[in-house]
Amino acid sequence: MNQNSKEKLDEVFASIKTDAERRFREMKGDDSQNIFIGMATCGLASGATDVKAAFEEALSERKISARIIPVGCLGHCYAEPLVIIDKPGFPPILYHDLTPGKARLLVKAFLEEDDPVFEHVLGAMEENDLIPWIMDFPRFNQEKKVVMANSGLLDPEDIYQYIAKGGYSALVKALTLEPEEIIHEIQDSGLRGRGGAGFLTDIKWQLVRDAKEKDKIVICNADEGDPGAYMDRTILESNPYQVIEGIAISAYAVGAEKAIVYVRAEYPLAVKTINKAVEQAKEIGLLGKGVLSTNFDLDIAIFQGSGAFVCGEETALIQSIQGKRGMPQPRPPYPAQRGLWGKPTVVNNVKTMASIPPILENGAQWYRGIGTDRSPGTAIFSVVGNILHAGLVEIPMGVTLRTLIFEICGGIPNQKDFKAVQIGGPSGGCLPGSFLDTSIDFDSLTQAGAMMGSGGMVVMDEDACMVDVARYFLDFTQRESCGKCTFCRIGTKHLLNVLERITTGEGREEDIELLEDLSLDIKAGSLCGLGKTAPNPIITTIKYFRDEYKAHITEKRCPAMMCRTLTAYYIDLDKCARGCDACVGSCPTESIFTTKNRKKGIDQTLCVKCGECMASCPPEYDAVRKVSPPELAPKIERPKEG
Amino acid sequence: MDNTAEIEEEAMLHDIASMLATFVNEESNLIPILQMIQEKHHYLCVRALQMVAKHLGMSSSEIYGVATFYNQFRFYPPGKHQIKVCLGTACHIRGGDIILESFERKLEIKPGETTPDREFSIDRVACVGCCALAPVAIVNDTVNGHMAPSKVEGLILGFEIEKEREKREKQ
Ligand SMILES: Cc1cc2nc3c(=O)[nH]c(=O)nc-3n(C[C@H](O)[C@H](O)[C@H](O)COP(=O)(O)O)c2cc1C
Ligand code: FES
Repeated sequence: MNQNSKEKLDEVFASIKTDAERRFREMKGDDSQNIFIGMATCGLASGATDVKAAFEEALSERKISARIIPVGCLGHCYAEPLVIIDKPGFPPILYHDLTPGKARLLVKAFLEEDDPVFEHVLGAMEENDLIPWIMDFPRFNQEKKVVMANSGLLDPEDIYQYIAKGGYSALVKALTLEPEEIIHEIQDSGLRGRGGAGFLTDIKWQLVRDAKEKDKIVICNADEGDPGAYMDRTILESNPYQVIEGIAISAYAVGAEKAIVYVRAEYPLAVKTINKAVEQAKEIGLLGKGVLSTNFDLDIAIFQGSGAFVCGEETALIQSIQGKRGMPQPRPPYPAQRGLWGKPTVVNNVKTMASIPPILENGAQWYRGIGTDRSPGTAIFSVVGNILHAGLVEIPMGVTLRTLIFEICGGIPNQKDFKAVQIGGPSGGCLPGSFLDTSIDFDSLTQAGAMMGSGGMVVMDEDACMVDVARYFLDFTQRESCGKCTFCRIGTKHLLNVLERITTGEGREEDIELLEDLSLDIKAGSLCGLGKTAPNPIITTIKYFRDEYKAHITEKRCPAMMCRTLTAYYIDLDKCARGCDACVGSCPTESIFTTKNRKKGIDQTLCVKCGECMASCPPEYDAVRKVSPPELAPKIERPKEG
Repeated sequence: MDNTAEIEEEAMLHDIASMLATFVNEESNLIPILQMIQEKHHYLCVRALQMVAKHLGMSSSEIYGVATFYNQFRFYPPGKHQIKVCLGTACHIRGGDIILESFERKLEIKPGETTPDREFSIDRVACVGCCALAPVAIVNDTVNGHMAPSKVEGLILGFEIEKEREKREKQ
């Protein structure tokens, strides 16, 4: 870019930025009070809408002026609804588990009377003398926010907030560079794709850049089919601008004028925020014809995926945009060679795209300083399951599983023991306690038999049955197999059948071997990653929890007491309190009866093993027992009528 | 089919015809068209699929093949109260299947079905992004976290009471 056009570019952006900063200052005026409410999906599900209404009502009742700013997700889903109150004279304070009642209390006590109500405080957002700083807690100080740096701190529907916080300056910088220089910078950063496989991003970009065809396309993959993960969705809901900025830089680097964000239709809020963000960017000249008055044109369209796991696979995704069934295609040709409508196409995950602006802004060396040598940067996981502080975590690569699970996420609740962690969703594997010191990076996880995958991480305690977990994932992949390859289509069904018979007590001696053999065949005989990885949950659970399979097969016993055919509930008559009816009302199938001496028994033929009686039995009696195999339950006859 | 249902379907098809006119006849518009129909009318009926086929110059079986490939599309009208039970991984290990089963037992229908009186339908969904609240069920777009069989009973009972009240108010 010559000096003239560089000056023009700087001038155009400077005026946008000044405007953004003015709006931001007005919003956050020195003497104004601001209430930031987390309103991404997790916040809304926990009642953020009612909390917001309660704040509004209380403010108007007490005639207090404060601005309410809806923001995205901070990642602390376990503590939602979360609110940050920024009041002059105090550091910004983060409050957790808000309710409408607490909202009213905060307005009265804090905004009106200057009492920060310590018992509801999670921490202060800045260092101060009054309230513990959040950075003193392991969850905050061991995280490293690159992609999610602004998540939960800005309004995802207000582009000016992003710009005022420094957004889009990486794009401005990119536009002053030669495309080759950008690709070089990405190469130096060592950025690997966050969609699962960890492929080097610069190689893809270079291929598309070098392709002779004139028209090129960039696709941002936000399909996120893993049934237990929601990072990509939350990023789009919390800070769509950073993703768009990354897409724009990518398009400029490879020479594309058209980009598509492929996002699931089941994510209505994410669809809405990304649409709005694109509109706003167009309005102020950051997208469209002549981006920032340069000669770079970029049009971003949103395509809503219709919910098929396999459509996350890049070639299937491309098929589905073309209006076809989402069937993966043989590679080569790779999308970078012949992609959407036959044109060279970059496909990158949401997190990959969102990593681009910070890399360009701070330089490749800065990025390399985070994470490990072969996996630079951060990893984002949705850590869920039997874990105290479930939510989204962004950590530098190289942190161990132990640190992540026990320090950052608070460990296992209810005094239970850790049993396994499932990483990588349906394509990943289950790792036992002996792998807790494994470093979280692409290569170490693959070596252990799991994989980075999409970033779903499910922590399981002693009550989780490993055979059932394998069955669960096979049930999923079997449904989601597109049906193209025989091994994947029929093989996964067969694996599922075998697992189903094991979990229902019909397992046969030879079944473990059968599962192992068939798994290897399916891996070898499938075209795409779905079939190639579908057996992973089985392979790893057999490898690390073979005894559990054996107990199901030979003893017809589920050690974790999760497989319902293999367990039974009964009431310990020595503990059951005469005349107490707590369990009777809780039973959905009326299977609990009163014995002759006015205690309770369970009719095993009616019991559906939902566990409600156990939950409802008063703790001082604690009379409901669960056993496996079911024959261990003592027989208690229902007294004859009359 | 009784008369009102017929009239309703005609009105729906009429509306779909006018929406179709706004789409260029290109195969890549197929999924957006199906999504638009479902968004507005909540399901894809056979005659609507035939109209789409005609508009795009494709065969009905091709359209049907694409529509059935994707989980998003449904081919029967949903109930007035739509129940979606999450069977994502986090919800599964916290007993999501027990919740699904409770709804099935209570309403006497399977996932993907609608009760004969069209009051309720049940669907299974995968991770709705609130795993911290697992197990989760979405009823009419409201997320209900920490579900339990007793909560299922409570929810359905609530709708039944509401219906009774409406009926009484009408009289
Ligand atoms: C069955 C299957 C499902 C996939 N699902 C996703 C997905 O949901 N999101 C994603 O970004 N990549 C997914 N991928 C990987 C993509 O094919 C592709 O590698 C990725 O989008 C490239 O982006 P990256 O280089 O930024 O990682 C999936 C792959 C397979 C085989
Ligand atoms: S698994 Fe049910 S909300 Fe995520």
